[in-house]
Amino acid sequence: MNVLAPQAALVSYLVRLGDNALILGQQLAAVTGRAPIVEEDLANANVALDLIGQARLWLALAGEVEGAGRTADDFAYFRDPAGFRNVLLVERSGVDFAHATVRDFLFDTWHFGLLRGLERSSDARIAAIAAKAAREVEYHARRSGDWVVRLGDGTAESNARVRAALDALWPYTGELFEADEVDAEVARAGIGPAPETLREPWRRHVAAIFADATLDVPADGWMQSGGRSGRHGESFSYLIAEMQSVRRSVPGERW
Amino acid sequence: MYTQMVDAPEPGEGARDERERAFEEKLERGVTIESTDWMPDAYRKTLTRQISQHAHSEIVGMLPEGNWITRAPSLERKAILLAKVQDEAGHGLYLYSAAETLGTSRDDLVDALLSGRAKYSSIFNYPTLTWADVGAIGWLVDGAAIINQIPLTRCSYGPYARAMVRICKEESFHQRQGFDVMKTLCEGTPQQRAMAQDALDRWWWPSIMMFGPPDAASPNSATSMRWKIKLFSNDALRQKFVDQTVPQADALGLRVPDPALRWNAERGSYDFGEPDWNEFYEVVRGNGPCNRERLGARVRAHEEGAWVREAALAHAAKRAAKRAAA
Amino acid sequence: MSEANAAAGRWPLWEVFVRSGSGLAHKHVGSLHAADAAMALQHARDVYTRRNEGTSIWVVESRNVVASEPADREMLFEPAESKTFRQPTYFTVPEGVKHL
Repeated sequence: MNVLAPQAALVSYLVRLGDNALILGQQLAAVTGRAPIVEEDLANANVALDLIGQARLWLALAGEVEGAGRTADDFAYFRDPAGFRNVLLVERSGVDFAHATVRDFLFDTWHFGLLRGLERSSDARIAAIAAKAAREVEYHARRSGDWVVRLGDGTAESNARVRAALDALWPYTGELFEADEVDAEVARAGIGPAPETLREPWRRHVAAIFADATLDVPADGWMQSGGRSGRHGESFSYLIAEMQSVRRSVPGERW
Repeated sequence: MYTQMVDAPEPGEGARDERERAFEEKLERGVTIESTDWMPDAYRKTLTRQISQHAHSEIVGMLPEGNWITRAPSLERKAILLAKVQDEAGHGLYLYSAAETLGTSRDDLVDALLSGRAKYSSIFNYPTLTWADVGAIGWLVDGAAIINQIPLTRCSYGPYARAMVRICKEESFHQRQGFDVMKTLCEGTPQQRAMAQDALDRWWWPSIMMFGPPDAASPNSATSMRWKIKLFSNDALRQKFVDQTVPQADALGLRVPDPALRWNAERGSYDFGEPDWNEFYEVVRGNGPCNRERLGARVRAHEEGAWVREAALAHAAKRAAKRAAA
Repeated sequence: MSEANAAAGRWPLWEVFVRSGSGLAHKHVGSLHAADAAMALQHARDVYTRRNEGTSIWVVESRNVVASEPADREMLFEPAESKTFRQPTYFTVPEGVKHL
């Protein structure tokens, strides 16, 4: 395994954090105005706003650590798709409300656990961002968990849709607990928790919510991977092209 | 402006009974009517229509700008636009909430919108073609809305007036962020400036038309004004909008697309040209560039969400039954 | 919940009361639709407290709010008007007498 210079590892780590928040925030922003009831549109927008705010903080810090003058916007608008480091789970499109809910719940639960761990980071800047974000994500996880229960233990149709979503999305959960040289360096420096340590608490919470939702926890099979190294899904380039289109096509420094 | 197609009835001669006279006296004294007070059927019906069309306008209004959230050219603008569109959803909710106090359920109100019976403000049937449109809408459309809404904070119906107070507090952020987008573009590259001018060229006349037909063509305003649910005439509000906005366009260095626009020193106001009222009536009738898309989007969201709403209710019922059995 | 309501997918109406950070009492701020109490609280938070307006939220299903009848307004509230001795300002305090 390569041993990374601590600074390079930290930049990569921060970019992963920022990209997860950015891509999921972008997905939620994309469905504004299409919720099953107007109140849910508001709730959805709140989550999107939280995530975009977090993305700005993580990516700005990444630029600061990198020391090459890149701003959060530079990271968001001027990297090609292969340059993004988010997990595959957040780029899975919300085929229907059940898909979006399951995706959000599986990610939110992991995200909350990760942020709680980062609150104890040896890096004070990271601990500060994590503390603010953890309060927001606690709410995200509560809300998406409540919805999994409502849909799982709702009607026969909603239960069927949730099961279908779970089948489709479970293979993307393995990537959440992968570790590479970046994670090794980060754990060694006390900056963040080792990914494997997040697995048990995540499984416990997921199992508890699923029990309430009359759902089975799927067996672990083959897990998809690659987002954290820049190998994304087929629809990802559309998402990035849309996000960057105005900024890349119209000359202008300030917007 | 939400009364664009709401016709308040003319009362029949001598038809006003004791209770109606007492009611109108209350209004003259400036007393606020609350949901549990007696009110004439016509007042209740007209208000329900007006408030719900205002609500529908907010909800449909999320769509033109919502188009640009994913493409906002900076993360800050993305967040600001998301917050603004979210506010619009909130405004819709405050207004549905006020309309429901008059005895019609949200479901029935939404049904009226989706079936095409209820209207929403004509402005939202125009397309947003560039990022600059986001700026133009915030600056012009929200600017026009504020002019209409501030007087309504003093309207006769309590729940509507209170919703208006809440909305007005939030609306000035909307107008300012729109103006700020325009200002940044106007201070930028030639392409950015051209984008801003093009947006103004397309949104100016529809904004003028937001205030509704000329007073001479609005015969049913009299009743609404006596009932204090319409406080100023269409033309009066329209003039206020022009007087307020032209100096802002000057500050931006943009040209208002009205060759007849001229400062009239005698009146202390701007003279301006006549909008194409044919276009207005066609848009209200359903023939604007985006009518079908806007309504289609709302219908789809509602239909695709049906199983979700049912599931949530079924779940609540199951849990309630469990608690009762315990 | 009636069969018809459930079938139509109608979410019941809830009234929302918010106490602000500096306030002493919950104020009625409006209403919203939600399928259950947890959702009603979450929606109330999302709809009515985006600008730091709240530290505490109450939600009550509208059908559970019992209100006084407007027709009874005189009977209920006028008698208090003639009993102004309940207000401390009814009494004159002689000059120079403190702590009253």
